[in-house]
Amino acid sequence: MSDAHNTSVSIATDEPTRSGTGGATGITEDTISTPPPSPDRARKTVVRPGDRIFGSLASGSAVLISVIIGAIAVFLVWRAVPALQRNQVNFLTSREWITQDITDMAFGVLDLFQVTVLVSFFALFLAMPVALGIAIFLTSYSPDRLRKPLAYVIDLLAAVPSIVYGLWGMLVLAPFLRPVAEWLNTNLAWFPLFATGSGSIVGGGTIFTAGIVLAVMILPTIAAVSREVFVQTPTAHIEGALALGATRWEVVRTTVIPFGKSGYISGSMLGLGRALGETMALYLILRTTSQAFSWSLFDGGATIASKIALGYAEFNNDIQAGAYIAAGLVLFVLTFVVNAAARMIVAGKKD
Amino acid sequence: MNLKRNGALLGVVAAGALTLAACGTDNNAGSVDVDASASAAACDGKSNLSGAGSSAQKNAMDQFVSTYIAVCSEKGTNVNVAYNPTGSGDGRTQFIANQIDFAGSDSAIKDEQAAQAAERCAGNPAWNLPLVFGPVALAYNVEGVDELVLDAETAAKIFNGSITKWNDPAIAALNEGAELPDANITPIVRSDSSGTTDNFQQYLETASNGAWTSGAGSDFTGGVGEGAKGSAGVAQAVSGSPNSITYVEKSFADQNGLSIAQIDNGSGPVELTEETAGKAIEGAEFVPASEGDLTLDLSSIFGSSEEGAYPLVLATYEIVCSAGYDADTAAAVKSFLISAANEGQEGLSEQGYVPLPDAFKTRLTESIDAIAAG
Repeated sequence: MSDAHNTSVSIATDEPTRSGTGGATGITEDTISTPPPSPDRARKTVVRPGDRIFGSLASGSAVLISVIIGAIAVFLVWRAVPALQRNQVNFLTSREWITQDITDMAFGVLDLFQVTVLVSFFALFLAMPVALGIAIFLTSYSPDRLRKPLAYVIDLLAAVPSIVYGLWGMLVLAPFLRPVAEWLNTNLAWFPLFATGSGSIVGGGTIFTAGIVLAVMILPTIAAVSREVFVQTPTAHIEGALALGATRWEVVRTTVIPFGKSGYISGSMLGLGRALGETMALYLILRTTSQAFSWSLFDGGATIASKIALGYAEFNNDIQAGAYIAAGLVLFVLTFVVNAAARMIVAGKKD
Repeated sequence: MNLKRNGALLGVVAAGALTLAACGTDNNAGSVDVDASASAAACDGKSNLSGAGSSAQKNAMDQFVSTYIAVCSEKGTNVNVAYNPTGSGDGRTQFIANQIDFAGSDSAIKDEQAAQAAERCAGNPAWNLPLVFGPVALAYNVEGVDELVLDAETAAKIFNGSITKWNDPAIAALNEGAELPDANITPIVRSDSSGTTDNFQQYLETASNGAWTSGAGSDFTGGVGEGAKGSAGVAQAVSGSPNSITYVEKSFADQNGLSIAQIDNGSGPVELTEETAGKAIEGAEFVPASEGDLTLDLSSIFGSSEEGAYPLVLATYEIVCSAGYDADTAAAVKSFLISAANEGQEGLSEQGYVPLPDAFKTRLTESIDAIAAG
């Protein structure tokens, strides 16, 4: 034990004397393999144990998370393939979900995928403007003493467990929304989103209710991220605008929003990511249906995540579980695509 | 995941269930005084048993456990049984993986899984012991209709969409004199996979004279209706939607104040009571298999046309190793099941279950006694 320790120390002390860089580093091979025998003291880097430990912990974490993500993807594919091989219909375009009898499986993710997308984007559509309003109010309009408590309350919304949102949505919000839903359905049924769907408006277990609950759930994420960015608008920009005679609204429009746009968008995408994967609340609120999805807000159905939760208790074997895992894989990819899109948008905006 | 899922809708009734459980425990404590000496439970073996599976038998299991603990503490032994209602499929999987001592399941372990379970039991077959019976109600919400009679054929047609109106001639024929509204029927079904759905569909398949063609299984296959989550969910959905009907365990229908349809099994309408459901269980036959295994021939219950027997009963099993446990576990499993099959049955009807008929108890006790160690 002590021998090994000594050796490693001697190596560490040997190398710098040989290379002459003074970097007892071993950080990169480059520093050792290309020794610039420069007497220049400014190039010497002092490395203490703390640097090494912290450095390896940090890079270790980065490697670890990549490995975990990779392992999840491998796991999903590995478990999904046997089920997909037994599938008798097209997995991506079928609406059926028959997995009980593993010799006669027919399952497709189309309905689940469409419900997931509609409910998430509906939630995003509702949450984005409100979150923008909150963020702008907090950074530009709010009196100082209101700012902190209000921001705290918004953050608190994010801390409410999703099952609580689910119960609230199902037991409180759904009955409350019934007249609104009925009005929309009677007066605006010509608009496809408000057409009569497969869910019962009276029952309230529709995408309409679920989307509103989801909007509340993702609101704090979007608001918090946007506020963080808006708050960093350079004072010089704001003062410059004010000096040019801009009103408060004009200041917001010409400095705060352009500056924070990318943060707002990436916050929204974070929120969308949460909406896509949200399980518990939708599991409670959404009523399933046997009818095909018709892109109406008054449809019932299940999202990919809630479908998995609904089926979980009665998985009989790995093959049947594999069908659900295949659906999970689709969600995994969808979330990846959304995140990638968000990054592209943000990157584009920064240029 | 499990915690989340279980927390689900059942959370709504958790408060109510707790109160009920509390009442149950009080009652048990009273009755246990009488029973402890009479109890055949040996209270030996390891002190902590673990089981998991069927959520349909959760409340019954809670009662079995509290009775067992009370009986054993009177005999001077501290025991505990942890039962985790994670769902039948999960229970069977955990049993096969040797993570639990016994599984609760709404359907018997069979085929490939039975083979895997035998492997877990050191080469001995796993036994299905039907210990908990729960009647399933056809609960409906139709204004002005306090009494409703259905038979399996009409029920099948309602749940597969061939009957869509409450005043359909087929329903009217069974309910002479009742004022049935000219309204659409909203069937409410379980959106989660469930043994209740499986048993209900098997019932329809057995008894509907061929009207039910879409098979059984723990996912609803009728192709109509709205799916709500869990027993509490469907009961709540029916109480909130006029002109709807569902299949749900009796206790949930009662808790939500829903009307329960009588079932005409061919010998006249039968109301759902402890007696009528018990009568159907008494007539149950077993699948001839290995000695000791008590897998039910469900068609003998579902297809019963005996007068006054309510055929729609959900049978749930405890799955145990016939042998292959270590000595301590075998003793504890036997002791607990003996207690559950006897003194544990008292007061079960208050929880919405059907206590085991005596003849059935004897049969079950024989099997439990035959569980061997090693």
